[in-house]
Amino acid sequence: MDGLDALKAKYLTAVANVADEAGLEDLRVAALGKKGEISALMSGLGKMEPDQRKAAGAMLNVLKDEIDAALRAKKAALGDAALNERLRSEWLDVTMPARPRRVGSIHPVSQVMEELTAIFADMGFAVAEGPQVESDWYNFDALNIPPEHPARQEHDTFFMNRAEGDDRPPHVLRTHTSPVQIRAMTAQGAPIRVIAPGRVYRMDMDQTHTPMFHQVEGLAIDRNISMANLKWTLEEFCRAFFEVPSVELRFRASHFPFTEPSAEVDIRCSWEGGQLKIGQGDKWMEILGSGMVHPKVLAAAGVNAAEWQGFAFGMGIDRIAMLKYGIPDLRAFFESDLRWLRHYGFAALDMPDLAGGLSA
Amino acid sequence: MKFTLSWLKDHLETASSLDDILYALTDLGLEVEEVVNPLAKLAPFTLAKVIHAEKHPDADKLRVCRVMTDEGEKQIVCGAPNARTGITVVLCKPGDYVPGIDVTLGIGKIRGVESHGMMASERELELSDEHNGIIELPSGEVGQKFTDWLAINRPGLADPMIHVKVTPNRPDALGVRGIARDLAARGLGQLKPLPIPAIKGGFASPVQVEISDDLKTKGCPHFAGRTIRGVTNGPSPDWLQARLKAIGLRPISALVDITNYFTFGLNRPLHVFDAAKVHGKLRVHAAQGGEQFAALDGKTYTLRAGQMAISDDQGIESLAGVMGGEASGCSPETTEVFVESAWWDPITIAATGRALKINTDARYRFERGVDPAFTMPGLDLATQMILDLCGGEASDIAQDGAALDTTRAYKLDSARVISLVGMDIPEAEQRNTLESLGFTLNGDMATPPSWRPDVLGEADLIEEVARIASLSKLQGKPLPRTTSGVPRPILTPLQVRERTARRTIAALGYNECVTYSFIDQTAATLFGGGTDAVRVDNPISSEMSHLRPDLLPGLLRAASRNQARGFGDMALFEVGPAFQGGEPGEQHLQAAGLLIGQTTPRDPYGSRRPVDVFDAKADVEAALAAIGAPARTQINRKAASWWHPGRSGVIGLGPNMMATFGEVHPKVLAELGVKGPAVAFTILVANVPSPKVKTPTKPALALSDLQAVERDFAFVVDKGVEALTAVNAAIGADKVLIETVRLFDQFSGDKAEAQMGAGKKSIALTVRLQPSDKTLTEADIEAVSAKIIEKVSKATGGTLRG
Repeated sequence: MDGLDALKAKYLTAVANVADEAGLEDLRVAALGKKGEISALMSGLGKMEPDQRKAAGAMLNVLKDEIDAALRAKKAALGDAALNERLRSEWLDVTMPARPRRVGSIHPVSQVMEELTAIFADMGFAVAEGPQVESDWYNFDALNIPPEHPARQEHDTFFMNRAEGDDRPPHVLRTHTSPVQIRAMTAQGAPIRVIAPGRVYRMDMDQTHTPMFHQVEGLAIDRNISMANLKWTLEEFCRAFFEVPSVELRFRASHFPFTEPSAEVDIRCSWEGGQLKIGQGDKWMEILGSGMVHPKVLAAAGVNAAEWQGFAFGMGIDRIAMLKYGIPDLRAFFESDLRWLRHYGFAALDMPDLAGGLSA
Repeated sequence: MKFTLSWLKDHLETASSLDDILYALTDLGLEVEEVVNPLAKLAPFTLAKVIHAEKHPDADKLRVCRVMTDEGEKQIVCGAPNARTGITVVLCKPGDYVPGIDVTLGIGKIRGVESHGMMASERELELSDEHNGIIELPSGEVGQKFTDWLAINRPGLADPMIHVKVTPNRPDALGVRGIARDLAARGLGQLKPLPIPAIKGGFASPVQVEISDDLKTKGCPHFAGRTIRGVTNGPSPDWLQARLKAIGLRPISALVDITNYFTFGLNRPLHVFDAAKVHGKLRVHAAQGGEQFAALDGKTYTLRAGQMAISDDQGIESLAGVMGGEASGCSPETTEVFVESAWWDPITIAATGRALKINTDARYRFERGVDPAFTMPGLDLATQMILDLCGGEASDIAQDGAALDTTRAYKLDSARVISLVGMDIPEAEQRNTLESLGFTLNGDMATPPSWRPDVLGEADLIEEVARIASLSKLQGKPLPRTTSGVPRPILTPLQVRERTARRTIAALGYNECVTYSFIDQTAATLFGGGTDAVRVDNPISSEMSHLRPDLLPGLLRAASRNQARGFGDMALFEVGPAFQGGEPGEQHLQAAGLLIGQTTPRDPYGSRRPVDVFDAKADVEAALAAIGAPARTQINRKAASWWHPGRSGVIGLGPNMMATFGEVHPKVLAELGVKGPAVAFTILVANVPSPKVKTPTKPALALSDLQAVERDFAFVVDKGVEALTAVNAAIGADKVLIETVRLFDQFSGDKAEAQMGAGKKSIALTVRLQPSDKTLTEADIEAVSAKIIEKVSKATGGTLRG
């Protein structure tokens, strides 16, 4: 079996030099194919003596394996080279823009309403609703604001048109969310815990006022709820809502016809470089009005004031949204300027919950 | 309500600092809005002395002065004629801001001579209009602060002005004395006594008074006055003028200034008639309606029936409790005055003032409530002041009616105070508080003072006690949870659905807007509203005159504004109330979306195309599905008039209409100034039926291992045939075997008609067959295909496309 080394060298050189898969296949056939050189030598083994055959067979097998391995390695290398060449040709400018996708947004008022709801739901408050066109009884009388009371004039009320011959007092666009207190208590009685977020209307339009804005009413009635409970509830709310470690509230005596005692509530804050920080600093900012529900209001809603007592508060939603998110201008809330909606809006899936943090 | 610190101290003996007083006022519910310290702007200025003055070398009217200041001798050039050696002056140094000329001084050079500051005139320091020369002080040391000198020598000028916001329940705090009483109750000093002088009348009042019977019980129970003759109505004294000026009132004459002083000092509005111009008796009566009245403000008002007037023989002389008349007003020539002190019904005064749109300090007080027991003491005090300041001789009192008795008593339940407020206020302290506010306690019954008309029940006592005790001391106490354990869900199904609709539509790429509930009548009318029933009687502008019947007009107006800003492509939506009527409850929740322009910005991939009806349909279907609408619904073409009649549809279930989608009618777009086309949808959220089964469990999933088969069918149909007809017919061919039927192609238009005949189009359906028990054979498929072809052909009148 002389010449095997030469044969090996011949094929290994040829494999090394072959340029494409077709040439490689030709080599494989020439060497290992049924009629190839190696196969021919293999078939010559039968004519040999057993001893000779054994030795020559082993050598041929080694040679066959070596050439086979070289062929396979070369095939893989050629494949890689071809793929690399294809990939090189498939180059794209990946700095080109992505395929456009429209991105929507949630209005800050909606977002903040959901934040409020998440916090108060945890404290056992349901969400009550009421009509925005209200009778003057619900908007005023039932809340202990009789017709000629100066407080009624201070509400800058929008009145609805009254048809000729309809002698009822004109309906109003509700000036606050407080009438929902009456409706909720009338429907449910006591005990009760509700918040009532929604649109309210006042005839006022200037730098800081719009004729429509949003309020949230809170109401908690039970057998022995006190103003101290009110303070705690508001402290907890503000801490959770403004997402600060602690807040400090100050109650200031005030007057609302539907609560007694009444208090305006200030929150400790600082203003530095146009930046508001809640919970620290030496300034106080008024954020809401509150008090213990007036016995006459309870009575108007059919709740026995000798048996039940509790608190109510009202807060501007747009205002606390402005404070929390640093939105400068109330009027822009209702302008629907796309630039504003996109900048101050929230992602569709940015749903406030207490587990993850409201604005996380 | 404005007053000055010295005015307050007329009524309050106190050692408290201004800051303590301000804090207490706000804490008591008399919120301090503003404090003006008139001296703050004068803080930098010091006294100096001119030690030598000589003529400026290059100017006849200027003098070069050597002035001794706290920083040594300075050279100052001055143009004042009185700048001369030896006078004590007020010095403004370089760097100081001089308020009267609005200038921050520098070192100047006047005609070649350096000047290191200026010597000020009164006008330059805003002390008066005096500008004939610089201030010459009769006393004072070089270097002394000018503000210190003023505090000693002209204390009236140093008086801080305090402006508090008085809530409508506190008429007593519309007088300085009422404010002092609150502070005294808080422990900031003692309320000084207010001795009432005994006036001895020297003659019967030539002006007599009478209240008509119909007003005696309600409108005007008490009307009193007194004539003072021989008065001199010159300017009032400086101290009085200073006080009135400090609170923003213009001094007029002694008599008028005195009435203002009583209005603000004691919440006792008065009126002074020039008695010489009053003819006969002053009669309080209700107007007939139509009378003309020339008031002190120079305007003429036409009275309405029932408004209270005071008339003499010649006609109306005063609009009771609101404003006096021009004819009998006091002037500098007045020598005989009739002072009126009366009590007017708050409701009548409020109605009159509002109807005639007159706002006066008197109306403001009478409509909130003036002390009915103070009518006569107020008259006596005012008479004394007139005698003191204007001289003259007082008559006997002329009066009709009597002081209203407002005596009433409420139980002070000290335990209830503690339970309601949540503060431990001892009973003795509660009683003390009420007594110091003027309440009379008899056992546990508290009688409010006559000046507190707002106290009308036990709750008001609690408020007084809490207010004086200070709510700022209140410590929060946890609100007990209503249930133990994990809080239960609290939203109603509709509230959940509202949220889901909002989040879904935002996720579809729409920007949420919140637009006004009221819109202009044109827009409202276009959308089926704009009637009188939904008209706002007093709109703030004509653009906000009617409640919106639909959310689209607001979104379209918003789109128009955005187009004007250069944004052509947009997706806007709103979820909120729309109003079908003007009665409470005639509102319903809508979710509306609006697409305008192109689907996307221009891009290299050709994604951009104009939005169309089927974009709106995709979004409305997604939103409907998200809020639980059934998968199978009907679509009809009965959309309202603001939709394109051929390109809109109503999604519903039988007569129940859940949503409308389509192109907005081009006429509507043109009216609202929107560059179209625009496609939109409106969902009537509450009309979507709630799921019948309320369980979180989903129906079992039936998966078949058998191979599904898809077959396509194309039909030639009349071009008016609706796709859904064909789809529903195909589904009906075999309800078990057919899983889905989907339209995947439509061929219509000129080319199609050229091929298939005029008025024809072709539609292509793909049908997915899912066997459940055995693999389909070719024969099975053929059978169901034949049935599909038959059903669709029958339903559409079409034929299978060859």
